[in-house]
Amino acid sequence: MDRRASSAAPKSANTAKKNRGVKRQLTYGEAIREGLYQAMETDPGVVVIGEGVPDPKAIFETTRGLREKFGADRVLDMPLAENGMTGVCIGAAMCGVRPVMVHQRIDFALLAMDQLINNAAKWHYLFNGQGRVPLVVRVLVGRGWGQGPQHAQSLQALFAHIPGIKVVLPTMAGDAKGMLLEAIQDDNPVVIVEHRWLYNIRGLVPQKPKRERLDRARLIQPGKHVTVAAFSYMVVEALAAAKVLAEYGVELEVIDMRSARPLDMEPVLDSLVKTGLLMVLDIGWATCGVSAEVSTRAVEEGFEHLRKPPKRVTLPDHPVPTSHHLSVDYYPDAETIAREALVLLDKPLPDDESEEVFLRLHRALPRDVPNPDFTGPF
Amino acid sequence: MTQPMQSLPEMYHTMLRIRRVEEALAERYPDQEMRCPMHLCTGQEAVAAGVSIHLRQEDVVFSNHRAHGHYLAKGGSLDAMVAEIYGKSGGCCGGRGGSMHLVDLEAGFLGSAPIVAGTVPLAVGAAWASKLHDRDQVAVVYFGDGCFEEGVLHETMNFASLKQLPVVFVCENNGYSVYTPLAERQPDRPILEIARAHKLSVDEGDGNDVQDVAIRAGKAIQAAREQFKPQFLELHTYRWLEHVGPYEDDHLGYRPAGELKKWRKRCPIQRTAQVLTEEYGWSQADFDKREKWVAKEIEAAFQFSKESPPPDSITASQFVYAE
Repeated sequence: MDRRASSAAPKSANTAKKNRGVKRQLTYGEAIREGLYQAMETDPGVVVIGEGVPDPKAIFETTRGLREKFGADRVLDMPLAENGMTGVCIGAAMCGVRPVMVHQRIDFALLAMDQLINNAAKWHYLFNGQGRVPLVVRVLVGRGWGQGPQHAQSLQALFAHIPGIKVVLPTMAGDAKGMLLEAIQDDNPVVIVEHRWLYNIRGLVPQKPKRERLDRARLIQPGKHVTVAAFSYMVVEALAAAKVLAEYGVELEVIDMRSARPLDMEPVLDSLVKTGLLMVLDIGWATCGVSAEVSTRAVEEGFEHLRKPPKRVTLPDHPVPTSHHLSVDYYPDAETIAREALVLLDKPLPDDESEEVFLRLHRALPRDVPNPDFTGPF
Repeated sequence: MTQPMQSLPEMYHTMLRIRRVEEALAERYPDQEMRCPMHLCTGQEAVAAGVSIHLRQEDVVFSNHRAHGHYLAKGGSLDAMVAEIYGKSGGCCGGRGGSMHLVDLEAGFLGSAPIVAGTVPLAVGAAWASKLHDRDQVAVVYFGDGCFEEGVLHETMNFASLKQLPVVFVCENNGYSVYTPLAERQPDRPILEIARAHKLSVDEGDGNDVQDVAIRAGKAIQAAREQFKPQFLELHTYRWLEHVGPYEDDHLGYRPAGELKKWRKRCPIQRTAQVLTEEYGWSQADFDKREKWVAKEIEAAFQFSKESPPPDSITASQFVYAE
């Protein structure tokens, strides 16, 4: 039973049309590393800075070898001073540098909110279009293995609330590279939310430094029954649910939202015309979260197509406890998604078939790792 | 005669210009047409004048909410500043910033902002860029004594020192944060020593004596430029007027009796005028001539602001993102 469950998770979920013909596969982490490498090779103004960037663990391998290639001036560790160093990077960005900052946990970036919101997000606007802040901030969501309430948060909504910042959440390896390259080229502050559980997933990645837009959601799994707008790792869970449900004649149309600001609602609204039902999946909380934004926009702009209120699948409204015994029910997964989809569809399957779907999607305990070969302490 | 002394007439002019501009702003502020908070630096002009005399156009400056003096001394456009305070389209931010947010990229004044210590790391970042790109360019940031209570100042000094960046931290210690004296905010210890502990080259001087400022700033800027050694200057000075707004506020009683009077006697402009009279042989006519130049320039700036069209509110949504 458990074997079947893990085999439902796609090894490579990238079915995007534009990548057809690209045979080369990399993991998400490798794709980021390749993106950084190519960006630094192309533009001598690019620097990579963060706590642990040149250390033996190399930010989960994403900065491995960069210092050897590009030197200590451009690839550097950082004092434990998130706010000050964000300000330093903003000042440098105004003066011709393109800094890529990285925080191994998104939670650490909270210390930098003053500089990000008061300075980075405002500078271009405030000075009437004079001055630009081409800053990239990579932030990692450290879910799992008991990372607990201050090491595993999904805070994209905090950043996405702020005009002047772009917030993207690549899911596929190809996007991890392509959107990073685009973010580095962009003359605005861009926050890239990277979910740790995506790091080992392989995907098609073009070798060339091909950039991906930061303002486009992407339909990745066509289907006719329920529109599923998913962010980050929830795309993976959605695809797993879609795969099994499809065998029983229930089709999910899965959209990888890819970006929280700007939010691209077009594929969602297009899909609603066909399905009339919306599920919004986020890796964060519901209250004032990006799922709230997507749902509101769907109601405001696609009300006439909705047959039911949108259904959000998000984290429960409390912090994540550390013990995996306590967090067993914390993270919604493919099974949760299938259950909610079938409720939205007024239970279209006979009870025994529904139970079979849930059983096939049910994940074994413990659930604090994405798959058996992904272990701590990370 | 030391080098800065030769530039004394120019520094006098800079200080006089700042003073008269702010007096003109204060005089017109009650008209309710300058609808933004305004923090005047009256009494503190010597710091900006004495530092800027050593700066090149390509050197960059960042400042805080009390920025008029720093901006003008670096060569920021007076017309654009006054128009900005009036919220006009001809303002340096097209009306988006007001008095607290000044900018003149051409003059190397990269911006001022009021979050306490918020621009300090920006200057260090500019200095870092200068070093990375091997540019012969110094970054200066002006901030107050209150910044020593902000963590970001220490975070930033740590990095500037670690990487030996060409930055000059200029602390204008005027003894107050809004109405709160330093003794209520910080223990009795010299803030200079904190900067020294960060391994910055440090110096302190009389912020109301433009010659003293200029001598110390000259050394600091040269060392930052030529040796890539980050510098810290603490300049003791005093704010004559209320924290924000055009008026005096001695009647509120938060300053010890006689303190303001004592500092008024140490007016940096009068002191310089005395030196110019006694050592440079300036006559009343020399002073009158400069008053006239400044008055003419100020009149023109207010005229410019008056004629500058108001920005169209439909443009308020522009420039959220750079294209």
